[in-house]
Amino acid sequence: MPEIKVTPLGAGQDVGRSCILVSIGGKNIMLDCGMHMGYNDDRRFPDFSYITQNGRLTEFLDCVIISHFHLDHCGALPYMSEMVGYDGPIYMTHPTKAICPILLEDFRKITVDKKGETNFFTSQMIKDCMKKVIPLNLHQTVQVDDELEIKAYYAGHVLGAAMVHIKVGSESVVYTGDYNMTPDRHLGAAWIDKCRPDILISESTYATTIRDSKRCRERDFLKKVHESIERGGKVLIPVFALGRAQELCILLETFWERMNLKAPIYFSTGLTEKANHYYKLFITWTNQKIRKTFVQRNMFEFKHIKAFDRSYADNPGPMVVFATPGMLHAGQSLQIFKKWAGNEKNMVIMPGYCVQGTIGHKILNGQRKLEMEGRATLDVKLQVEYMSFSAHADAKGIMQLIRMAEPRNMLLVHGEAVKMEFLKGKIEQEFSINCYMPANGETTTVTTNPSVPVDISLNLLKREMALGGPLPDPKKPRTMHGTLIMKENSLKLVSSEQALKELGLNEHQLRFTCRVQLQDPHSDPDTLHRIYTHLKSVLKGYTIQHLPDGTVMVESIVIKVSSSAEDPNTKVLLLSWSYQDEDLGSFLSNLLKKGLPSGLC
Amino acid sequence: MKLYCLSGHPTLPCNVLKFKSTTIMLDCGLDTTSVLNFLPLPLVHSPRLSKLPGWVSKDGTINLEKELKECAGRVFVDSQPEFCLPERELLDLSTIDVILISNYHCMMALPYITEHTGFTGTVYATEPTLQIGRLLMEELVNFMERVPKAQSATCWKNKEIQRMLPGPLKDAVEVWTWKRCYSMQEVNSALSKVQLVGYSQKVELFGAVQISPLSSGYSLGSSNWIIQSHHEKVSYVSGSSLLTTHPQPMDQSSLKNSDVLILTGLTQMPTANPDGMLGEFCSNLAMTIRAGGNVLVPCYSSGVIYDLLECLYQFIESANLGTTPFYFISPVANSSLEFSQIFAEWLCHNKQTKVYLPEPPFPHAELIQTNKLKHYPSIHGDFSSEFRQPCVVFTGHPSLRFGDVVHFMELWGKSSLNTIIFTEPDFSYLDALAPYQPLAMKCVYCPIDTRLNFHQVSKLLKEVQPLHVVCPEQYTQPPLSQSHRSDLMLELQPPPMPYRRCSVLNLPFRRRYERVYILPELANSLVPSEIKPGTSVATVSAVLHSKDNKHTLQSVPKPPPAPPTKKRKRVIEEPPVVLAPKPLLSGAVPLEAFLATLQKHGISEVKVEETADGHILHLQAEDTLIQLEEDGTHIVCDNNEPLRTTLRDLVLRFLQKL
Repeated sequence: MPEIKVTPLGAGQDVGRSCILVSIGGKNIMLDCGMHMGYNDDRRFPDFSYITQNGRLTEFLDCVIISHFHLDHCGALPYMSEMVGYDGPIYMTHPTKAICPILLEDFRKITVDKKGETNFFTSQMIKDCMKKVIPLNLHQTVQVDDELEIKAYYAGHVLGAAMVHIKVGSESVVYTGDYNMTPDRHLGAAWIDKCRPDILISESTYATTIRDSKRCRERDFLKKVHESIERGGKVLIPVFALGRAQELCILLETFWERMNLKAPIYFSTGLTEKANHYYKLFITWTNQKIRKTFVQRNMFEFKHIKAFDRSYADNPGPMVVFATPGMLHAGQSLQIFKKWAGNEKNMVIMPGYCVQGTIGHKILNGQRKLEMEGRATLDVKLQVEYMSFSAHADAKGIMQLIRMAEPRNMLLVHGEAVKMEFLKGKIEQEFSINCYMPANGETTTVTTNPSVPVDISLNLLKREMALGGPLPDPKKPRTMHGTLIMKENSLKLVSSEQALKELGLNEHQLRFTCRVQLQDPHSDPDTLHRIYTHLKSVLKGYTIQHLPDGTVMVESIVIKVSSSAEDPNTKVLLLSWSYQDEDLGSFLSNLLKKGLPSGLC
Repeated sequence: MKLYCLSGHPTLPCNVLKFKSTTIMLDCGLDTTSVLNFLPLPLVHSPRLSKLPGWVSKDGTINLEKELKECAGRVFVDSQPEFCLPERELLDLSTIDVILISNYHCMMALPYITEHTGFTGTVYATEPTLQIGRLLMEELVNFMERVPKAQSATCWKNKEIQRMLPGPLKDAVEVWTWKRCYSMQEVNSALSKVQLVGYSQKVELFGAVQISPLSSGYSLGSSNWIIQSHHEKVSYVSGSSLLTTHPQPMDQSSLKNSDVLILTGLTQMPTANPDGMLGEFCSNLAMTIRAGGNVLVPCYSSGVIYDLLECLYQFIESANLGTTPFYFISPVANSSLEFSQIFAEWLCHNKQTKVYLPEPPFPHAELIQTNKLKHYPSIHGDFSSEFRQPCVVFTGHPSLRFGDVVHFMELWGKSSLNTIIFTEPDFSYLDALAPYQPLAMKCVYCPIDTRLNFHQVSKLLKEVQPLHVVCPEQYTQPPLSQSHRSDLMLELQPPPMPYRRCSVLNLPFRRRYERVYILPELANSLVPSEIKPGTSVATVSAVLHSKDNKHTLQSVPKPPPAPPTKKRKRVIEEPPVVLAPKPLLSGAVPLEAFLATLQKHGISEVKVEETADGHILHLQAEDTLIQLEEDGTHIVCDNNEPLRTTLRDLVLRFLQKL
């Protein structure tokens, strides 16, 4: 039986360093190649030695697919391709291809230049890695090789995020990456067609959450920001440069406009302008409303949001600052946080998920004293608010996607084990399909049962469809007969006669002749007629003919009568049939041996 | 499989393909050359046009003063311009399942088809094709609606009268099918039926046919189409280009192995080299400006204009034109320029790389930013106050019959300092200029048509090797004006099948196979046997299920267990239920081996007699005869059913079953 194997190297019962290996139809595919935000050591990257101990990965992988530009999905890519070694194709969408190298470079700078780590990938490696990237368009069927094809679907999570359908023959897997089933202010909702994959590999960040309406969350967010500003506080919103940042900027921009607020909004890092430019050029990836109106008004040209300078953090008075990165684990957001943490008038709003080990995660868990580098501690007095704006599907969304795609099996990654367990139960109950949640390094094997595609001769098919009539009778299914010719890689189903012809074979006729003695005191023609009548009554639905040349034909079986020389009452029946009528011939000879019933006229 | 040809215009095609059980319209081109027979629609009152004399036949019997006006010896219809629609009588257009659009120039007749024929299907197009197509339609509607003309001339269409008219009106064909422009409401309704597709996306139609658009390299989002089933492949090539301009390069290899290739949309200027034309365009432009004249470029608001602007971007500084204002005037000018910047996926590699930086892919963004290029929705409003001369104006419509270009013709036509440069190849420039004669302004004709020329197409066809080629009849002979140029036609073996308006072609297909899926249960139960090295056969008995044009074979369900019989068994009376007929047999029964087998089964008293065709075996103890021949075996056995079945099975051992 064919099998599909799925092994997470990262994101198995965990969030971070997504990297999932899939073996399908003899092809090996790596889905995402991310880093873990919570670690600074080897555990930061997936363990590629699982694939091979001997260095390069090229011969073990047919392709690598990156779902979107977040570092927990692409952060290990240059390490994998340039330092471990992989020269095969890497697929990602155009926006991902554009933005991914910038985030990688940013990540590299923080790690190498600021933290002083060595043995890390270089700028050149990022460039070399990106040269191996082949851009994917939505819904385009990309033939990786003769057998492996992939197709990207819109995932909504961030600009350019894609789900991917992987198909070999009639087996298929869908990998969702991160996705969002509800449209927001700048992106559309994820969508996939009823592709019925053998396995649907889904993220499950919000496996147990059913979020209240987006409108409520937005109102809440604006209220909190507004209150804080009113009382002269400073609001820090740690974000990643692309993604939620734009969503929240649009939200605040429209609010500021409507309320005529004057407090400054800043966006940290030089990336901002560039980031917004990407949104303008890739406007086709945003939601319908933005796409429709972009000629009149481009939503990514902000009036109220200005570039941030480090010195502004010490300015008196209220302000709102968007700063990167989003989990407060490094960089500008952390610096500002340290500055503002001591004042209870200030506020930090965490708009997304924080990985274990990050400061974001710690303060969200209520930790009020933080140990910083150099044994200093930091008292956290400012208000800490969490508001889920990260564009992941919640439990409802995940179930919705399952209904859309109708998978035969479900596999959860990118979530916490406890939450996954809960969702797994729900999925198995509601859809009656198996749901798996392998840990890192653990392999899930699913056997598939593919149909075999065959070329049927049109003659045979048409004959069969004509005989079967337009509506098949479920009670009396018609059986079709043919010969399957297997030659090299082709499978052809033809009628037996055509098979003989095509293979250049002669037909071998096998015939049987059988004499049956019968006591029947009638003339030969009368006996023949009595046989005819008898068979007519026994064999319903068969073609029975009484021919003028003194034979009875049942289908193609010939029956002749002659009288015995000694006794005119003893008749000798001669039955002759071909092998194709064997069952009927054998039945007839047995039947006639028993004589004719007396009641026949 | 049939092809219905609804348009005779080779670059504005409209064909209908009946393929398996689907009816597919290939493109929906609108032949706009008909508008050349009409008077221009001026934006502001034109004393010259209104003073043109009406036409009366020489003998005075036909007086069409109101409908027809004479200008410089030609007669024009004074009415809202009309377009020549695709043929609507050849087949019932409500039966069309899908319409495939190959580029935004080939969809302009869409509202006529989708809104007025009972069409209920889907239109497939790429996103740039839809968006830019919408802009072009919007522009067309705007051009027509902002200068409404109450008069609708019909008398001249009367056959008897038309015969008497001077040419080219006399020779205009299908004039009764000519229609006025559609409304914006019809455009919106038509375009709401469009389903977006991406290059190489596979779309299933009713499970019977798969369609897929391929990059054709001609314009943003332009595509050729593959229409195929598992065993047949039709390629539809329309408006393709191998030149490196802004769109993604043409995908040629996917066209391979076609049974039929339908070829339309070759260059209309087979002798004009686009690069040379571009050079001429620039030098004429610079010359006129330097002499203090204005340059008028009648053009469509999307397409070649992007390349012209890019070319000028590089040319302006070196030609010292840095201070010359460039104007682009169209109701959709802004949209067209903006849209061109957001289709990174559909652009050539160089432009994609710019987007990654991120920079706008087209340099006209910079021309706008530096105020060198200004765009206006029309000559009214801001333009009239900001307008400086000498200048360069890009504006439509290239037919010179409507749009802002009419105004500039009236304004600049009288001065020989000014130049009009034709770049669009769709209209004969002499015909376009006819209602403006006599003209003093200079006319330069540099048509830029990047579509395939005959040399490129024959190379392409050699490469992809379709079994048959179908093309408009115009491509099977040299152009009338250059009848000696046998290189300006398609020469193929077998010769291409030509079509013209209203042709119905039977496409040469021999469908022999269809795809069927054997369900796993049945597949596992099959017993293959090797007939010769590398070839195996298995007999298949199965139930065929056909649903949505998908065929599957599954195992024959086992008959339900017979109900418990009554005491007296009458089993023997029941005729056999034949589940599977016996297979055909092949091969021969070798005598020696067969005898040995008989012996093994305790049949040793065998008398062998040689005959002309084989042997007769007499099984003496059993009084049974077996006749063995090359192509047949005959078992004559009385009253001994067990023996007969044994012999049968022994014989079968030596034969192959099919």
